[in-house]
Amino acid sequence: MTSQPVVASPQPKRRRGLLRSEARDAYIFILPWVLGFLAFTAGPMLASLYISFTRWEIVTPSKWVGFEQYARLFADDRFWLSLYNTSYYVFVGVPLHLLMALLAALAINLNLRGIRFYRTLFYVPSLTPVVANSILWVWIFHPQWGLANSFLEWMGLEGLYWLQDPRLAKPALIIMSFWSIGGQMVILLAGLKGIPSVLYEAADIDGATTWQRFWRITLPLLTPALFFNFIIAIIGAFQVFTQAYIMTDGGPNYSTLFYLLYLYRAAFENFRMGYASAMAWVLFVIILIFTLIQFRLSDRWVFYEGDLRE
Amino acid sequence: MLSTDSNASLLTSGLAARSRARRRTIDGAWAFLGYIILTVVGIALALPLVWLVSTSLKTGAQTFIMPPKWIPEPFIWENYPEAFRAVPFDKYFWNTAQIVVFATLGTLFTASMAAFAFARLRFPYREQIFLLVLSTIMLPSIVTLIPTFIVFRWLKWINTLLPLIVPLWMGGGAFNVFLFRQFFMTIPYELDEAARIDGASNYRIYWTIILPLSKPVVATIAVFSFIHHWNDFFQPLIYLQNPQKWTMAIGLLGFKDLYSTSWNLMMAASTAMLLPLLVIFFFAQRYFVGGIQMSGLAGR
Repeated sequence: MTSQPVVASPQPKRRRGLLRSEARDAYIFILPWVLGFLAFTAGPMLASLYISFTRWEIVTPSKWVGFEQYARLFADDRFWLSLYNTSYYVFVGVPLHLLMALLAALAINLNLRGIRFYRTLFYVPSLTPVVANSILWVWIFHPQWGLANSFLEWMGLEGLYWLQDPRLAKPALIIMSFWSIGGQMVILLAGLKGIPSVLYEAADIDGATTWQRFWRITLPLLTPALFFNFIIAIIGAFQVFTQAYIMTDGGPNYSTLFYLLYLYRAAFENFRMGYASAMAWVLFVIILIFTLIQFRLSDRWVFYEGDLRE
Repeated sequence: MLSTDSNASLLTSGLAARSRARRRTIDGAWAFLGYIILTVVGIALALPLVWLVSTSLKTGAQTFIMPPKWIPEPFIWENYPEAFRAVPFDKYFWNTAQIVVFATLGTLFTASMAAFAFARLRFPYREQIFLLVLSTIMLPSIVTLIPTFIVFRWLKWINTLLPLIVPLWMGGGAFNVFLFRQFFMTIPYELDEAARIDGASNYRIYWTIILPLSKPVVATIAVFSFIHHWNDFFQPLIYLQNPQKWTMAIGLLGFKDLYSTSWNLMMAASTAMLLPLLVIFFFAQRYFVGGIQMSGLAGR
């Protein structure tokens, strides 16, 4: 009678002990990430929210001003202009960029002869460091000696003042962004390669045309990759900075004053930390709302393979 | 595990190739259209690259000719050493190398540690914490920028390389944690069980079983981390104001401000900065593909 519990209990007890020590080890393994999360994500987020309610020029002590910075922000024409410029870059540039990347990925996926060469060629430009990229494109857009205008002249057209013309500067930066479609292309290509070939074989048996195969199989099964790329590209494009900083310095006539450039100037050139923090939070909320809308809308157009089972 | 995995992918790619071969014979017109797209896009993407290299080898006078000459006459290789003499690129290179190496080590180490816990250990709130990790992928970094700068300033780390290295030793980026976890989950759990029965601790399982089996993902993340830190502009711009501490990216911008009309020298410096990346790309191509396939899974 007394020996029975002795026999029965060690196992669960040991298992519980093992689990507990496993959990302890796990927490030690994730400790660096947790510390980093607290020190470089959660902490700074809260701090920037607090700073956005103060007036603070770094050298002077900070002063609580409530919503004053936000009120100023919304009354600031330049803020609205930077938001417009950024939205233009995001909503014109990102869909076009993604469409180009998709076309390139589809062409590469045809698996024609010599495809490795094309794949490498398409991908390499996206490796170019953004500074080198920006300097190169200032040279390409050079009104007198640049490649862009010499191409236009070769076509019998008039040369343009790409980066010196307020109407053209943003489109020019978008055109330049097409040069780096390679990164998105290869992710989409991986998505295309991941589509089960049995689906195509079944479609062949049913006598589907290439056109039908594309609209009924390829595109629906690629929507998760497209969705992921779209979200990440939008978040990145909202924070466009370097091209404008190096190539146009926000000009001409503020036509490339993007949100992050304006924020950078407020924070690191004028040291208005309260104002810049308010800007950061406004952008954060914009991106958050936009991302949530995208996730909500994604039910309508993103197709997950798991859906097949239901 | 590696063998079964690659067998599976060989199998699927074999099947795909077979069905593709069939499709190709059916649709000659589509192949033709494909070649047209490939060639047009290919030329459009190649021209800036050729223009970059071509300008970097011209004399100053030759850069100002309309219509432009594509092949320099003569080739001025001297542009490269001259660009390197103009500003202390050796110093910038050394600073960049330190950042790249230590940031990459930190990324590999701490991201794989976190991923090991998420993939191989059971602990309370595991799924919730992992969801938190994933959600930070979508967090725009701008919202944490100013307080982080202020903290580093308070620590007197401005104009040191520490702000560009230390954060990478604390988690190494959510996306890398995700990539490591994806890979670790493909390794059979029986290996852990067997090691545990033999009395191995979790630390040992991580270090002597899981990591050695994960060389492909380690290489992939190392390559992407190298490229990221080599190219990074925004962070060095904010934290490194002293020219002694500049990285290649910032140095290139400084070079542009000094030699704003010497396009040949600027293109030479830009080409020189791209070159190491090309070398890495050609030697580590399969790790690029591997990493991209894994990140493609993120869309699932």
